[in-house]
Amino acid sequence: MSNNLVAPQFKGGAPSKNHVPGEVGIWLFVAGDLVVFSVFFVVIALGNVNQPDLFEQSRDALDMWVGVLNTALLLTGSWFVARGVEESRIVAGPRTGRYFTWGILCGLGFIANKSFEWGGKITAGLSPATNDFYMLFFVFTGIHLLHVIVGIVVLLVIRNASRRPALGARDIQTIESGATFWHLVDLLWIALFALLYLL
Amino acid sequence: MMNTFLSKGTNVAWLILMFATGIGWWLGHTNQSGSEVAKLTTAGVIIVSFIKVWVVGFQFMELKHAPWWLKHIYNAWVLIISFTLIIICIG
Repeated sequence: MSNNLVAPQFKGGAPSKNHVPGEVGIWLFVAGDLVVFSVFFVVIALGNVNQPDLFEQSRDALDMWVGVLNTALLLTGSWFVARGVEESRIVAGPRTGRYFTWGILCGLGFIANKSFEWGGKITAGLSPATNDFYMLFFVFTGIHLLHVIVGIVVLLVIRNASRRPALGARDIQTIESGATFWHLVDLLWIALFALLYLL
Repeated sequence: MMNTFLSKGTNVAWLILMFATGIGWWLGHTNQSGSEVAKLTTAGVIIVSFIKVWVVGFQFMELKHAPWWLKHIYNAWVLIISFTLIIICIG
């Protein structure tokens, strides 16, 4: 057994009150990304109002189950990562790392499903040049996909950090920062899914 | 075993998020444009989605343990963007 008790300030896996998860820098990044994506959300909503018929017809051609499956994958990935953060405050070692491995697998599943969806659309002759809806669809989901890819790299880093035999406060902070980025990827998708697939 | 699972806030949050995804999917299916009901379902889709966004921040991002300023900046963003989208879409 390589597991060791770590970070006694996090008894039971929960942080103390008034604890900023991760570094302040990651929260500045989160704030910036939320502002940028807020503009994207408003642009989609305005397109929905200004070109209702075009948006409705284009939306009807999307595969709802692909969006639902991708939402379930990211929510479940976030759950694994959140559990991994809690565990890393109690014990370090391979068992904790497994939570992040499952998070990475959910992210890879998202990419595979998204590739399948995009491939189907492009084969059917749909592209960003087709109309305003598909321009927004490909550009915004593409930018989000880049976030997922970066998020998987971040999860690999924190997975390795969590597998060390003992974790200090700095290691926990690194794990929290990486997890915060992954959850940002999740919440941005929740809003994009609603605006692009469900309205 | 189920009680053990439900004793963790993270697990409960995941169940709520998956259930809310099902509700959002159902609302999206019933959404027919051009009627008053459509406005309600559109508002419903946005509200359910931003409740999910808030749960991800509150539980998974651990904002429930964060200092008040960080927590309330996030809460304010969720409220402002969701109301803005509702006003644009059904106003």
